This record gives sequence, structure tokens and C-alpha cells, in this order.
Amino acid sequence: MRPDRGVPRALWIPAGLALALVVLPVAGLLARADWARLPELLTSAAALNALRLSLVTAALSTVACVLLGTPLAVVLARSAGRGVRVLRAVVLLPLVLPPVVGGLALLFLLGRNGFLGYLLDVVAGVRVPFTTAAVVIAQTFVAMPFLVVSLEGALRGSGDRFERVAATLGARPWTVFRRVTVPLLLPALGSGAVLSFARALGEFGATITFAGSLQDVTRTLPLAVYNQAETDVDSAIALALLLVVVAVLVIVVARPRALEGIR
Amino acid sequence: MRRPLAACLAAVLLTTACGGGGERTVTVFAASSLTGVFGALEQRFEADHPGVDVRLNLAGSTRLAQQIREGAPADVFASANAATMADVADAGLVDGEPATFATNELTIAVAPGNPRGISSFADLADRGLTLVTCAPQVPCGAATREVERATGVDLRPDSEEPNVRAVLTKVETGEADAGVVYVTDVRSAGQRVTGVPFAEAREAVNDYPIAVLRNAADTSLARRFRDLVLGAAGQRELAEAGFGAP
Amino acid sequence: MTSLHADLTARRGEFALDVRFDVPAGSVLAVLGPNGSGKSTLLGCLAGLHLPDRGTITLRGRTLTSAPRVHVPPHARSVGLLAQDALLFPHLSVLDNVAFSPRARGASKAAAREVALRWLTEVDAVGLAGRRPGQLSGGQAQRVAVARALAGDPALLLLDEPLAALDVDAAPAVRGLLRRVLGAREPERATVLVTHDPLDALALADHVVVLARGRVVERGPTRQVLGAPRNPFTARIAGLNLVPGTATADGLRTRGGGHVSGLPAPDVVPGEPAVAVFAPGAVAVHPAGAPPKGSPRNTVGAVVGGLEPHGAVVRLRAVDGEDWAEGVTADLTPSAVAELGLEPGTPVRLAVKATAVAIHPAPSQ
Repeated sequence: MRPDRGVPRALWIPAGLALALVVLPVAGLLARADWARLPELLTSAAALNALRLSLVTAALSTVACVLLGTPLAVVLARSAGRGVRVLRAVVLLPLVLPPVVGGLALLFLLGRNGFLGYLLDVVAGVRVPFTTAAVVIAQTFVAMPFLVVSLEGALRGSGDRFERVAATLGARPWTVFRRVTVPLLLPALGSGAVLSFARALGEFGATITFAGSLQDVTRTLPLAVYNQAETDVDSAIALALLLVVVAVLVIVVARPRALEGIR
Repeated sequence: MRRPLAACLAAVLLTTACGGGGERTVTVFAASSLTGVFGALEQRFEADHPGVDVRLNLAGSTRLAQQIREGAPADVFASANAATMADVADAGLVDGEPATFATNELTIAVAPGNPRGISSFADLADRGLTLVTCAPQVPCGAATREVERATGVDLRPDSEEPNVRAVLTKVETGEADAGVVYVTDVRSAGQRVTGVPFAEAREAVNDYPIAVLRNAADTSLARRFRDLVLGAAGQRELAEAGFGAP
Repeated sequence: MTSLHADLTARRGEFALDVRFDVPAGSVLAVLGPNGSGKSTLLGCLAGLHLPDRGTITLRGRTLTSAPRVHVPPHARSVGLLAQDALLFPHLSVLDNVAFSPRARGASKAAAREVALRWLTEVDAVGLAGRRPGQLSGGQAQRVAVARALAGDPALLLLDEPLAALDVDAAPAVRGLLRRVLGAREPERATVLVTHDPLDALALADHVVVLARGRVVERGPTRQVLGAPRNPFTARIAGLNLVPGTATADGLRTRGGGHVSGLPAPDVVPGEPAVAVFAPGAVAVHPAGAPPKGSPRNTVGAVVGGLEPHGAVVRLRAVDGEDWAEGVTADLTPSAVAELGLEPGTPVRLAVKATAVAIHPAPSQ
């Protein structure tokens, strides 16, 4: 075994506590699970529907985060000025806002009486709340900062040296973005996307407030867990385990790859 | 759960120090629909019993029952439905017999003035209506199901909310045209919603049982709080909030 | 024919760069200067990465910059930039790195790769075509970067300290390579080389301008300027000692009233301003007081200011001392340093043979 050079002994105690804080509650969940009923609970229509809906909506909101968040991160990282600093703070809002408040805010924007929602309803006859689209919007709202923050950090860390070289080599700004900025961002984009996906997968408060809870349409796994907990704790624990397994799969399998990226 | 209550509860789990040492306390777990009434009763009880601090833990009945089963330090449990109380009683956690202290009925909550002209439970089946109900896993949702069965009306809600408060919010914000809630909820919402009563609500009257718990720290004090709820003063407050008599 | 013409002022806080120069087509201009002299700012302005506050830059008659109205963006300037770090795109193979510029300028993928291969052959790196930049040594990467900068056939090639980041083993090879590709004398191309190393300038450039604190202090053909610096900055950069004064028949009279004997250049006029120039290697160091024996005719008392390793020798820089001693540098072997017990503050006597001192006319102040 390789000695852990350079790690002071004193760090082991808080590090162990931190690990325990994360691991022990999950262990508690495992201990309480009714393993005999687990297969039956997990293959129920409600569980499978919730899982499918969660995966689909989290994937869609991750795509939305990447498509909208990447340009935002580039603009934030490459622009100067006081306005940008304010913008950066605004982008982080969903991180500190209680998700339920985020859901209310979305209602006030896109709800039937919200200023954009009203317009959509009157002009196009589109109503957003209580639809799967509302779930995706709520998840994108809460997950976006994770993508933007990791990308912006990477962009600031690497600087714009490669972009400048590319420009002197005759590449137009769009070519530079496409052929240099984006490929260099891929590792950060990967880990940012994984974080966003994980956050979207666990999203509860904004979804229930903005999108409601209806099987097949808006009841994602976390909502199903909450619902089941009212009557059948075993079933709720089973669903929660399912959520844990999916999250662990995403983080353990995808994250290191994304971090190693293409190097 | 407002005020420093959450903080107190957290502290309770570690010690029993909230509001000064030496004080006697009664910890009451009550269904969220009882928030207003029990708040008033808390003050009255504390006025009548100097040196006693009533702590209210207000949440969905099922959640409270779970907490009690997990060993939360509760003295009195007031549930919004009999089945939930039965769960706690079956676990052998109730001292004596639960007593029903109030009833509650479903009603339809609509926007002020009832712009969609809803007049009956059957009207809710209109597909053009945005309807929210409680999820069948929670008492108000179970009651709604019961009415559906009794009337043969098949509701297709746009959302099944995890609690009655969420249903009311959806109606208050105008996102939903109608929601099925309790009479008391419409009463507490004041001007923000209008209630449309319907006769079939009688099919699913909700009983509110109250019981002193076996592990109560101070059983006699807990009983006195229960008696206050069951007595004339308690009944007056309950009636004012829209609850039916047992 | 002038290919590049630059006349510009750029301010950065207190600092102001103010230069004017021309580079003929097919020739290489070295911009020499210490750190902070404004070299990077100048290069940034030429590449289009900075906007000067005032002035014009034209390349083959086309206006690239006419501050503050005209500013052609970097990608439309036909410039190639080779920086201190190779900065190869880490996500592209060596071949695609070199093909980047032709691709960006509109060539098909196949045509761009063909050009890339030709340039990789030119820099002896064709064997590296399939590798990733992460698998290259510093010298290999810089070779590839040379090919990449040239593959776009730039009208103006900018070299920004291209050898500074290479270790001592790799630098000579890349210097030789640059000499070869620049010496190929693409007849249309103008090259500007920014460096602090006189060796780069001597090896690669036809002409040199010396920058100090944002201004040109000396300019001319490289060998002439570096061989006979007229300015302390140039001398410092060239690594030579320079003592200003007034020419005499066999040397010069210093401002302190002393005399430095040397060999006057043919164009020296006694009585006119002149400089005495000598290499650090020509300066002998003796213990203080002991008058040196033999032929050296120029001696001066001094105090050791600093001792720094400089390749195989130790370079001593004198402070204080008599007359012209201030700032004079001398090269010693490490054993000589030990023998003499030198350390900062030690008083010494410096001696220079008259035959090692060249006297050049200086521009009148």
C-alpha cells in the first residue's frame, strides 16, 4: 500500500465524521428496508412509472442545463464589468432559495396568473403547470447553477490562452467556441452535467409546488417516496433505495469518467 | 410549523430544555388542520395552568403517527382521521381509549365568487376544469375517493397533492379551478377562496380522535389538555373554525 | 518594401508604450527588452489582442489598426503567433493542431492535413503527427507549434519569447529550426521576434529595436547594435559592461573624472560622447587593496553587490566603489569565488585589460 503522503493525521477525524454523516443515514435506510418485499415493491407500476419519469425528466433537464448553461457560463467567465458580477450572484439564487419558494416563483411566472403564463395561455392556449414540461422546468431551475458554476470555474481556471492562439490562427469567434472552447470544457461539462442530473433527480419542493403530483405525468421518484411515506413506509423506503441506487450509479460510474474527460 | 417551534423540537430530541428549566410541559402532536384551534387552546391552557408550557407539533397525521411510532416524545396525539389513530393504538402506544372530539367534511374550494359556476361534486368531472385533490394516501384524498365511490363520479385530477394545504394553495394562486378540501380549510382561507358545499360529503365524514399517549411524561397534565379539547371551551373553538360536533 | 508598419501608443495604468518601426517583407525584427519594457503589450497590439490608445498598424498596405476607429479582429489579420508555451490544443492530435489554421481559413479537411504534413516535415516532426500534445516533450511541442504558426501562411509572424520556456538542451535545436524556417526567407512575410535573450536576436533577426520602459532606446542591424551597444539598457541586455564618458585618443574619460583605456573604433572622435564596452569575462577580480601586477591598465575599487550562477560561471555585480565600478559585472569560476571568500559586501578590486575594452561613439544625449 502506498503511504498517504502529505495528509496530516489531524484531518482523519473530521474526514471520518464527514463520511459518517453521509454514509450512516443511507446505511440506516438499508437496515430498515424490507428486503423480502423489495422486488415486489420495486416492480409495482407506481414505482416503475416514477423511475421512468424521473430518468426522462432529469435527462431532459440536464440537456436543457447544458444547452442554456454552457453559453451562460462562457458569457459570465469571459465578460468583465460590474453587471456581470451581479448576474453571477443571480445565477446562484436557485442554490440558496428553498425549492418550494423556487416552485412558487415559477408559478408566478408561468402559472395561469403569472405574466408569462397568462400570455402563453391566451396566445397559444398552453398551460405549463401540472405537465411533465413543468417538472423539467422546475428541475432545470434548481440544477442550472451546478452546471454554470462548474463550467465557469473551469473557464476561469484555464484562462483564454488557447482561445487567443486559435484567434491568431485565423479562427472566427464561433469556430473558436466550437473547436477549442467546447472541447476543452468537456471534462468540466461532464462533471457539471452529472451534478445537474443528480440534483434534478432528487428535486422535490419546486416540482410539487409548480408541477403538482400525478402518476405518469408529474410524480417523479422523490414525490412518489413522499406520497408512499404517508401510508406504507416499507414502500417509501424501497423507492428511496431505488433513488439512492440510481444516484450512486450516476455519480460513481459517470463522474470519474467525466472528470478524466478526454485527456 | 412556525415560530421557534422547529428549533424547540430539535432541542427536545437532545434534552428537555426549551423555555426555561423547571417548567412543566405538554407536548401535543396535532394534525395540521388543527393549527388555528389548537393555537388558541394552547394559550388558554397555559393561562389556566401557570408554569406549564404547551408545545405543539403540527404536521400531517400520518407523519405524526410515524414519528410517535419511532419514539418521538409526545404526550397527546390529535389525529385528523381514525385509521391513523388506530395505527398508533394498535402499536400499544395509547393510554386508554381515543375519543372523537370533532368531525370534518369535504367541500369544494373555488376561486372567490365561483367564476366557473361549480355547484355539485359531479361538476368536478368536467375535463375542461383544472382540478386538484389530495393523494389517496392521505386522509383527505381517501375521503375524496370514498365520495367518488359513493357517487359514481370519476374524478381525473390534474394533480394529487401530498396534503390539503397544498390543494388549497393551488386554488388560492389560481392554478387550479377547483380543489377538494375540508370545510375548515375554506373557513381558514377567508376571502381567498369560496367554498361550494355538496350533499355527498356526508358519505365521508372524517372523525378527529384525540388520545393521551402511554409514554406521556406527565399523564395528568396531558389528560387535562385532552379534556380541554373535549370540553365546552374546546368545542366552541372547533365549531368556530368550521368543525362538526362528534 | 515595407511589409509591416507600426506606430502606436498604448497605456496601461502608469505605463505607456510608445513605439514606431517598420519591418520589410522577408525580414525579421527582434524587439529586445527586459521584463516590463512593453514587449508583450506591443505583440498584443500587433496580433489584435490589445487595442492601442493611439496609432496605426498596417500590414502589406492594409490597415489593421487605426486607433480608435479601425480594429481588424485577430482572426482576420493573417498573423501567426508562436508563444513561449507551445499551447497546442490538448484535445487535437499533432496533425490536427497544425491543420487548425488552414481549416479555420477555409481549407477542406484533406487539404488542411496535406499542408500540415508538409509543415511537420519541414520542422522534422512528421513522426509525431498521430500523437497527442500531452505525449510530447517541451522541445517537440514547440517544434509542432512552429509548424502550426506557419501552416496558416501568415503575412506577419509573431514570436513571443519562443525559446524561453525550453530547457537548455531543447532550446538550441528549436533555435536552429527557427533559423532555418525563417531563413527560408518567405519573401513576403514579416516577422517580429520578442525576446530578452540577445542570442535569439543574433541568431534570428536582421534588425533589432531595444525597448526600455515602453520606448525604443536603440535600433539598427542586430550585430551592430548588440556588438556595440550605445545605451546601458542595450548593454545590460547584451550582457556587456558599458561605461559612458567622453572619447580620448586611447579610451574615454568617465563622468567621475577617471580614465578607461581601450581600443577606439574607427568612427570615434576624441572629445565626443562615447562608451567603453567590455564583456564580464574580461573583468578580473582581486582582493581589495592589492594592486594588480602585469598589463591590465584599468582598475577600480568596488564592493560586491550580488553573486548569481550564470551557466558554468558565477556572475558578480558590483555596487558602490570608485568611479565607474557601479553596475559592472564580472564572471568568475565558483572556485575563485570560494578562494577570494566573496559575498555581498566584500570589497574587491576589478581589473580590465585595455585590449578587452572597445570604445564606441555614443549618441549625444
